[in-house]
Amino acid sequence: MAQFDRNDDSVVVIVGSGAGGGTLGTDLARRGINTVILEAGARYEIEDFVNDEWASFGQLAWTDARTTSGTWRVHRNFPNLPAWIVKAVGGTSIHWAGASLRLQEHEFRTRSVYGGLGGANLLDWPITLAEMEPWYAKAEDRMGTTRTNNIPGLPGNNNFKVLEAGARKIGYKEVNTGRMSINSEPRDGRGACQQIGFCFQGCKSGAKWSTLYAEIPKGEATGKLEVREQCQVLHIEHDARGLVTGVVYADKDGALQRQKARVVAVAGNSLESPRLLLNSASSMFPDGLANSSGQVGRNYMRHTTGSVYAIFDKPVHMYRGTTMAGVVRDEAVNDSSRGFVGGYELETLSLGFAFTAAFLDPGAWGRSFTSALDSYDHMAGLWIVGEDMPQETNRVTLDPVVRDRFGMPVASVHFDDHANDLAMRAHAYDRGRAIYEAVGAVRTFPTPPYPSTHNLGTNRMSEKPRDGVVNKWGQTHDIRNLFIADGSQFTTGGAENPTLTIVALATRQADTIAGMMARKEI
Amino acid sequence: MRQSERASTGPGARLDRREFLKAGAAAAAIAVSGSALIHAGEAWGLEVRTLQPATVRTLILMARDIYPHDRLADKYYAIAIKPWDIKAAQDAATRTMLEDGVATLDGFAKARHRQPYVDVAWEADRVVLLRHIQDGAFFETVRSGLIVSLYNQHEIWPLFGYEGESAAKGGYIHRGFNDLEWL
Ligand SMILES: Cc1cc2nc3c(=O)[nH]c(=O)nc-3n(C[C@H](O)[C@H](O)[C@H](O)COP(=O)(O)OP(=O)(O)OC[C@H]3O[C@@H](n4cnc5c(N)ncnc54)[C@H](O)[C@@H]3O)c2cc1C
Ligand code: SF4
Repeated sequence: MAQFDRNDDSVVVIVGSGAGGGTLGTDLARRGINTVILEAGARYEIEDFVNDEWASFGQLAWTDARTTSGTWRVHRNFPNLPAWIVKAVGGTSIHWAGASLRLQEHEFRTRSVYGGLGGANLLDWPITLAEMEPWYAKAEDRMGTTRTNNIPGLPGNNNFKVLEAGARKIGYKEVNTGRMSINSEPRDGRGACQQIGFCFQGCKSGAKWSTLYAEIPKGEATGKLEVREQCQVLHIEHDARGLVTGVVYADKDGALQRQKARVVAVAGNSLESPRLLLNSASSMFPDGLANSSGQVGRNYMRHTTGSVYAIFDKPVHMYRGTTMAGVVRDEAVNDSSRGFVGGYELETLSLGFAFTAAFLDPGAWGRSFTSALDSYDHMAGLWIVGEDMPQETNRVTLDPVVRDRFGMPVASVHFDDHANDLAMRAHAYDRGRAIYEAVGAVRTFPTPPYPSTHNLGTNRMSEKPRDGVVNKWGQTHDIRNLFIADGSQFTTGGAENPTLTIVALATRQADTIAGMMARKEI
Repeated sequence: MRQSERASTGPGARLDRREFLKAGAAAAAIAVSGSALIHAGEAWGLEVRTLQPATVRTLILMARDIYPHDRLADKYYAIAIKPWDIKAAQDAATRTMLEDGVATLDGFAKARHRQPYVDVAWEADRVVLLRHIQDGAFFETVRSGLIVSLYNQHEIWPLFGYEGESAAKGGYIHRGFNDLEWL
């Protein structure tokens, strides 16, 4: 395994080892580029994962302080947990459920297709689906996405059977067990899904793709990648020319270290990446790095989510098998006759008993609530993933008061739903209820959005430097050797789960960075 | 009701009317004896160290009234509340918050029913009292704590049909992940 000198200024430094950073680092190493990934969290392996929701949360989740404001219910129920994401080597690709859908063609051009929408800061991506297609194909191949590359779909579990029957009964056509980056048969040295049912807690069979075991070890095997765990980057440094020169981080003992770099790529997920840029303000860049547009931290998106749970008079055991076991795609189209622009996916979701108690109706108590839990094993559930509107005022800022143990101001997350988001959610709740009632649900619940699992948009991609933070390669408009490699690049969110797009962009970015380095442009 | 029925038919049936009414109250299942709480019906005792035993007894009933599951014995609510006694020993502010919170709740109970909370016989009446305090910090602290301290007790999971850990058993691939036949 490689070990690079901290004064080696020829390396590429990547901040974060999740879906974006882990993929980019592995690909750069494969191309022979010396790469150091600095990861704030610790390294756990498959055998360390636990099939226990709270214990796993304690092990993997980012529980360092964050603060919130705004009218979203997360602020009321979970004021210090705006997002449910991972702090560990592998990042949130340990937690994720594996749903891997491409964005649709129109979702790359929402400003053109949806038009001006009051309060929404819509913008077309500077890239098209056609440009992304080869990268999507590469990403699906590396992740082993089912229903691509002749990989069969996963078998449907009980939760999916209920969803599928109800959806078909009310006329939906595009209903299947989805495109999942979970092995339905052995592939890439990893086995097939054992239907364990703790996908969110880290897949103990390794069937689900994660940078932790499906990418990073391959990068390390090249001798060109070093992953330094428990190293939190505090700020990025630059020289008098305005080029970045390295990062300052706190190592596992809390000691401050400086790692020099030729190129820095930030992939800390959409709350931490803007936090780091903002915290790197200097006299040359008083508003934070790469922030001449003022867009760093803005346009925070989290998908218009929500869940519908339904109780039946017969058992379901929704928690058995893959957590996200299937999808209804019919509502993912853009059809403004529904009263909103953009679309949404409906995907099965189940929580274990402990998390159902915590998230079914946060803050609720009394018999209405407990009688629902009494029917836990008769419950089916789905999750709504819809396109939410970027708004400039939905943003990540540095908290003026709260600091972490290294003295770094924590991320403060402000979020208000847009009217379009509310209309979409109401529609989706209604359709979810209809699906379950069609197969005899005796009671259905609209469950409010959980702390955000999809965090997007806070360093968005734009054609013009004044509209966003990075260009079509994820390179910041302002600083040519500073890149963003995670979901914060998304110009808009689309209706699809984001990780396939994050991985496709990172795969493409590795190609770009390698080319720019070879041509000595960076 | 749980214990009240047993009290009126078992050996305690010879109690006089006043005592019978008391025994009919929900919390009569749990008696205070010195620094301990004793649950004769479920045959367990709980040593209370820092809080007043009566306070803990109130918190246990409050826990059931907040998250009532008729299939759960009192001991699970007692286990869920027990950590507060330990926290109170470490932190004076917690101790005050809990003692004062219960005192306030008892104040409402006495004003309306001339009895402390644990002696208000009907769940519906107690729930009305809880609604008075539900927006306060005391109620919210107790309620939110229960989300983990009650529902994360692995012993109760089977009672709700949840099977818990599954990897060591080979997942559900041969254990019914798609056994639903009723559709
Ligand atoms: C429960 C759950 C289910 C999900 N299911 C799906 C799904 O089915 N499909 C899908 O597409 N997506 C899903 N997602 C979302 C998906 O996991 C994320 O979109 C994806 O992992 C984001 O990748 P990322 O690289 O942006 O960030 P992450 O994967 O979160 O990685 C960021 C990493 O950076 C580290 N870091 C942050 N700041 C610093 C710093 N200053 N210094 C050093 N390191 C730092 C963090 O510790 C973290 O490890 C799910 C998420 C959750 C929580
Ligand atoms: S259900 Fe499949 S993907 Fe999910 S944790 Fe189990 S083996 Fe892994």
